[in-house]
Amino acid sequence: MKTLGFAAGVAATMTLLSSTSAFAVTEISWWHAMTGANNEVVNQLSKEFNESQSDYKIVPVFKGTYPETLNAGIAAFRAKQPPAIMQVFDAGTGTMMGAEGAIKPVADILSMGGQAFDKSQYLPGIVAYYSKPDGTMLSFPYNSSSPILYYNKDIFQKAGLDVDNPPKTWGEVWDAAKKIKSSGAAPCGFTSTWLTWIHTENFAAWNNVSYGTNENGIGGTDVELKINAPAFVKHFQELADLAKDGTFKYGGRTSEAKQIFLAGECGIFTESSGGLGDIVKSGMNYGTGQLPYEADAAGAPQNTIPGGASLWVFAGLPDEQYKGVAAFFNFLSQTPIQARLHQVSGYLPVTLAAYEETKKSGFYDKNPAREIPIKQMMGKAPTENSKGVRLVNLPQVRDIENEELEKMLAGQQTAQQALDNTVARGNKAIQEAIGN
Amino acid sequence: MSPRVVFPNKILPYLLVAPQLAITLVFFYWPASQALRQSMLREDPFGLSSKFVWFDNFKKVLSDPNYLNSIQVTAIFSISVAAVAMGTALLLAVMAEKVVRSRGLYRTLMIWPYAVAPAIAGMLWLFLFNPSIGSLAYGLRWLGINWDPLLDGEQAMALVVAAASWKQISYNFLFFVAGLQAIPKTLIEAAAIDGAGENKRFWTIVFPLLAPTTFFLLVVNTVYAFFDTFGIIHAVTGGGPGKATETLVYKVYNDGFVNLILGDSAAQSVILMVIVIALTAVQFRYVEKKVHYG
Repeated sequence: MKTLGFAAGVAATMTLLSSTSAFAVTEISWWHAMTGANNEVVNQLSKEFNESQSDYKIVPVFKGTYPETLNAGIAAFRAKQPPAIMQVFDAGTGTMMGAEGAIKPVADILSMGGQAFDKSQYLPGIVAYYSKPDGTMLSFPYNSSSPILYYNKDIFQKAGLDVDNPPKTWGEVWDAAKKIKSSGAAPCGFTSTWLTWIHTENFAAWNNVSYGTNENGIGGTDVELKINAPAFVKHFQELADLAKDGTFKYGGRTSEAKQIFLAGECGIFTESSGGLGDIVKSGMNYGTGQLPYEADAAGAPQNTIPGGASLWVFAGLPDEQYKGVAAFFNFLSQTPIQARLHQVSGYLPVTLAAYEETKKSGFYDKNPAREIPIKQMMGKAPTENSKGVRLVNLPQVRDIENEELEKMLAGQQTAQQALDNTVARGNKAIQEAIGN
Repeated sequence: MSPRVVFPNKILPYLLVAPQLAITLVFFYWPASQALRQSMLREDPFGLSSKFVWFDNFKKVLSDPNYLNSIQVTAIFSISVAAVAMGTALLLAVMAEKVVRSRGLYRTLMIWPYAVAPAIAGMLWLFLFNPSIGSLAYGLRWLGINWDPLLDGEQAMALVVAAASWKQISYNFLFFVAGLQAIPKTLIEAAAIDGAGENKRFWTIVFPLLAPTTFFLLVVNTVYAFFDTFGIIHAVTGGGPGKATETLVYKVYNDGFVNLILGDSAAQSVILMVIVIALTAVQFRYVEKKVHYG
């Protein structure tokens, strides 16, 4: 009897203890759009954070694709049940920034965690993209990438091109692509994912030409598009001409062209640095290089801009949750975590310290492709043309671009017509979106 | 003329239809009224500011050339899907009737595709006809066709029509088989004795007697082409290239959920509701008159 009573007492105490600790733990939900290996990284990070302390518990929830996650978050906010943290893709940045009452700036949250927020620790090119015009950092950069050039070394060899020197300018890319096609080394010379992100938004930044007024939207929401300027027209007319005989092959609006490159159909390929994993996995004999630029553009190459996603925090939550979010973001900013995240996933590191440490470890000697996007983004201080593109309705403007460019590639209109139409339709859509 | 059931109890009949009414109220009238309300608001995605604008959203939508294009796309798409799906199904059903041995096996095989989810059906077709890796795309190129549905709007349309029809053929097939079996063999035999050939027998006896089935399927297929093909279009073309395969339903989705213009999207869905109600009413009012129920 005595032992039984003792056991019961212990059990009761245990229950009490565990229930009190359960009360003390603040749960913080994190909605994200990461699949496959990247999903594992999210779960791993949450687990490590939860084990590192006992006050907060990060609960990651997969919500589908990027647009689906954004929609789920918006719907939840309207129903007054928002998650604490939501991952939003680059093109959704303007949407989130436009909703000032719905979000809480990350800069404010980080300082709530008891530590002063020091912006200089973070990679300037990335932080600038996720900051308000006055410099307040609004969201926490989680997975950032930038477009680079990939090429198939076997095809280069067959075409008699220099395997160790990828083309640097667009002119050189076109020449190499023609040679690949005419020598029969591959059925197509060049393909690219994301014509919008790579060939208009990054093209503008990299060649230091304007995408739109108001610093491409970084300075304010009222933007007039400038992408029918001669530099863009020249670039797209060249693409359209190459598309006629199949030297350039169109793959689709987002990442579909990767299949074409992986199938060995095209020799040269521009794609996000985040796409490296699939290319490594395919076992292809590949090489990488900087994103090509226009040889006659003054000041090119300037710097490229980030894509990927950042973490946003909703407004109107209890202070406890914000403290937890701050603790989690500080946890993510730690050098060992950032360095590992960068090396394992291929995302850009968020902090300078993580970059320095990775460099010191000799990682880039073995994986030069990982350093290209960082160098592209850090080479020069960003100009008003190269801080990034931010529109309240960037996904919609990208759709318009895609539609007009598809008509151009199908031979229904010239590059000038396609870009004039894009600008006219895009400007109208922007004015409607900002409520004019 | 139709026999009326008279309930002695006054409440019971209402109780019996109550579950159906409740479902209709919750899943149809309530969302429909929400859509109607939203269609007169102009709102930011987060609902932080909202303005009542009466019919401005409708005016905007109806004057948008892209919307008119979308109506045209939907008309072409729906007519093609209904024609291809019903024509093929009828042909297959008549053929399957003629098979003497293992008729059941043929029928089962024909019904199979109906179990495939729209998005998966779309993916299957997308892979088969993918310009770079699709096996059937190789065949088309071998035939000398410059197959590129990524840029060629007509080919993209043909692809989504084929995928959408393929999925609906099984359903139509099932109904046509049932319809064919209901036709008395004596009629056909009598015609055969009178010297009517196979073609003649089909067009003068079988086809008119199938009219109720055909009419029913016409309504079902139109509604299917309007609404249920979203998954296929989403998976295969995403409304592209250009706006060549952007149907009305796809545009509602794109404007509402991708571009987050809720007012426009709601106005479009209200218009869509009106179109489908009108279409069904017309079908019942005019086409049904010509249908002869045996």
